Amino acid sequence: MKFGVVVFPGSNCDRDCFHVVKEVIKQPVEYIWHKSTQLDHFDCIIIPGGFSYGDYLRCGAIARFSPIMDSIIKFANDGGLVIGICNGFQVLLEAGLLPGAMLRNKNLHFICKYVDLKVEATASPFSSQYKKGQVVRIPIAHNEGNYYIDDKGLAELKKNDQIIFRYADNPNGAVDDIAGIVNKKRNVLGMMPHPERSSEIELGSEDGVYVFKSIVKTLTLGFSRSKV
Amino acid sequence: MIAVMYEAQVKITLKKTVADPQGLTVKHALEALNFKDVSGVRMGKFITLQLNSKDKGTAEAEAGGMCQKLLANPIIEDFSLEVKEI
Repeated sequence: MKFGVVVFPGSNCDRDCFHVVKEVIKQPVEYIWHKSTQLDHFDCIIIPGGFSYGDYLRCGAIARFSPIMDSIIKFANDGGLVIGICNGFQVLLEAGLLPGAMLRNKNLHFICKYVDLKVEATASPFSSQYKKGQVVRIPIAHNEGNYYIDDKGLAELKKNDQIIFRYADNPNGAVDDIAGIVNKKRNVLGMMPHPERSSEIELGSEDGVYVFKSIVKTLTLGFSRSKV
Repeated sequence: MIAVMYEAQVKITLKKTVADPQGLTVKHALEALNFKDVSGVRMGKFITLQLNSKDKGTAEAEAGGMCQKLLANPIIEDFSLEVKEI
């Protein structure tokens, strides 16, 4: 089992993700520079938070065309597990691996605080270790986390049970309180809150670690890319 | 042969169906400054591109392709562009 943490110029949560995988859930992990295209020996790719390419043009819009992205799209289409956190979520949206787009927070502020999330679906490789309806404390830190999707797209998300996390008290104006979604095949997760910042009790909450534990459980149970 | 240069001016705006909190805040600020006639504000981006295309049609097609692929996000944004010789 091997995790890969993608590093773009401007990523700044890459070390946090690396730390949690290596030291908290104690699994093998490597950094992957964004110019690499070789992902064959990885089982889960983490696209971390940060400000890839300075958030220029739109958040994630430039990173989406980094050399690694074609490989990540192929990896995901082959059924590999991909998780995008915060800016990573924005990159996945820009890449079309997840539906919708991000707008500026409704109150125009960069919001950095702990929020309560409701776990809406546990039938995913990323949330199986939570209980449905459980309320968890995971921090957000973003300026563009106001998730937008049109009515038709929202109906699709609901129909396919793709909404994994909702905000208990919507901080940013996101459609339908959406904080995290999976794709239709359920092997790609995007979430604005930072589970890697809430994986150790010393940081105020360890509610986020179960995202990583869910991935480990999924991979331990013999999840393989070809079975998706 | 002297190369003709073109400039494309690209306007990117949020779709009408997408809320624009920035525009709304600016509208409120204008109202607070007693500009009573303002009934709506929408914010967007303005980008100029210098192109050394072989003719105007090619420049328009190139700029349009750039908008579709990178400069605008079709899920939330519309774009318009104007190409002129410079």
